[in-house]
Amino acid sequence: MIALIDYGMGNLHSVTKAIERAGGRIRLVKTPEQLKDCDRIVLPGVGAFRDCIGALHQSGLDEAIKERCAAGTPFLGICLGMQVLLSRSFEFGEYKGLDMIPGDVICFPRTLPAKGLKIPHMGWNDVLLPEQAHPVLEALGNQQCYFVHSYYCVPDDETHTLAQCGYGDIRFACAIGRDNIISVQFHPEKSQAAGLALLESFLQWNP
Amino acid sequence: MLSKRIIPCLDVAHGRVVKGVQFVDIVDAGDPVEAAIRYDEQGADELCFLDIRASHENRDTLYHMVTDVAENVFMPLTVGGGVKILEDIENLLHAGADKISINTAAIHNPELVKEAAERFGSSTIVVAVDAKRVGDAAGEHWECFTHGGRKPTGINAVEWAQKMSDYGAGEILLTSMDCDGTKQGYDIPLTRAVAEHISANVVASGGVGTLKHLAEGLSDGKADAVLAASIFHFGEYSIHEAKEYLASHDIPVRL
Repeated sequence: MIALIDYGMGNLHSVTKAIERAGGRIRLVKTPEQLKDCDRIVLPGVGAFRDCIGALHQSGLDEAIKERCAAGTPFLGICLGMQVLLSRSFEFGEYKGLDMIPGDVICFPRTLPAKGLKIPHMGWNDVLLPEQAHPVLEALGNQQCYFVHSYYCVPDDETHTLAQCGYGDIRFACAIGRDNIISVQFHPEKSQAAGLALLESFLQWNP
Repeated sequence: MLSKRIIPCLDVAHGRVVKGVQFVDIVDAGDPVEAAIRYDEQGADELCFLDIRASHENRDTLYHMVTDVAENVFMPLTVGGGVKILEDIENLLHAGADKISINTAAIHNPELVKEAAERFGSSTIVVAVDAKRVGDAAGEHWECFTHGGRKPTGINAVEWAQKMSDYGAGEILLTSMDCDGTKQGYDIPLTRAVAEHISANVVASGGVGTLKHLAEGLSDGKADAVLAASIFHFGEYSIHEAKEYLASHDIPVRL
């Protein structure tokens, strides 16, 4: 059973259907109790950082997720679900994150549009994998994935960066992780065949 | 490298895909899910659904349609038509849309765009700008029109796009009312004027008749994405053919 964390911010149809298409069975999880007998955890990204972290805290899911991750349950974060893993974010102020991956979430520089690069970074872009790609990311091959975000993650420890993406002359971490945790900035549930392949490989991953 | 996006646009009414010329002679053109799957297989980067008969009585039909499509294809969906209040946006997002296009309501109430961007995120909010050339050769500019290009607003279209971008719209769906339906190509000076002035993404729309027009919108017009309806609907070209053409003209696309 895959725990899909529902913190009440919006639509989880696409990510539910995509995981089901990839072969997983979903349970929408709103409380720590519902998390208990799940084999894997997916934290999707909807809404703003502040609202997401606030909702996770209120429900107690923040601590429950940390505990399950510490116990080795495979975890996948998507978009905002990746960003909340970091220590803090500067989206509409300064907010503390789950601090599971040390680092900051910062905005693309306001100087980008003058160079013809739009904010948000929106569309299909390359996921640049290192030679020894993470087993979950390997499934992507050289297919592009769909991104839509104005903020990006800067992990303190560069070994936590699992893949990069280039936007103008900025290279940012578009996949991060350690141990049984992996998170991606792009949306696998919106990335057609590439995204479904990634979800399939997450479902089979035994870290 | 970020790819330029190719977006087929489907007009829908009462939950069905329709085809028509200038809102006249509208005929049923099939099931939206089938059409979405067909475009998905051809490698479309995104889909845009515009409800041309939007009214509050048939909103549920639209929501069901969006849910059906979102459950069957795994790519971004933009939905527009009849969006007036925050609740409309929320309902469409809950139904499974990723981006919501606001048109007339933004003109009547610009604050709606600001509130929507704050609540749902800039990446979710698209403002549709329907622009038409006005004035003489000496003082020519583009003005925003509503009601399918019939009602002038007196608002300068380039300034308006800038304002909507500043208000938090992540994308401007820019349609030239002069070029729409002509198959003579996008209004390149308009597209370029907007694309070079704003930080939001610009989707060029209106006037595509050939693959060359798509290339012009992206290279000369500097658009981030191109939207087209009829050249894809009537089977003149597939999305894949369009992308191969663009790639052969050094435009970055996802093949």
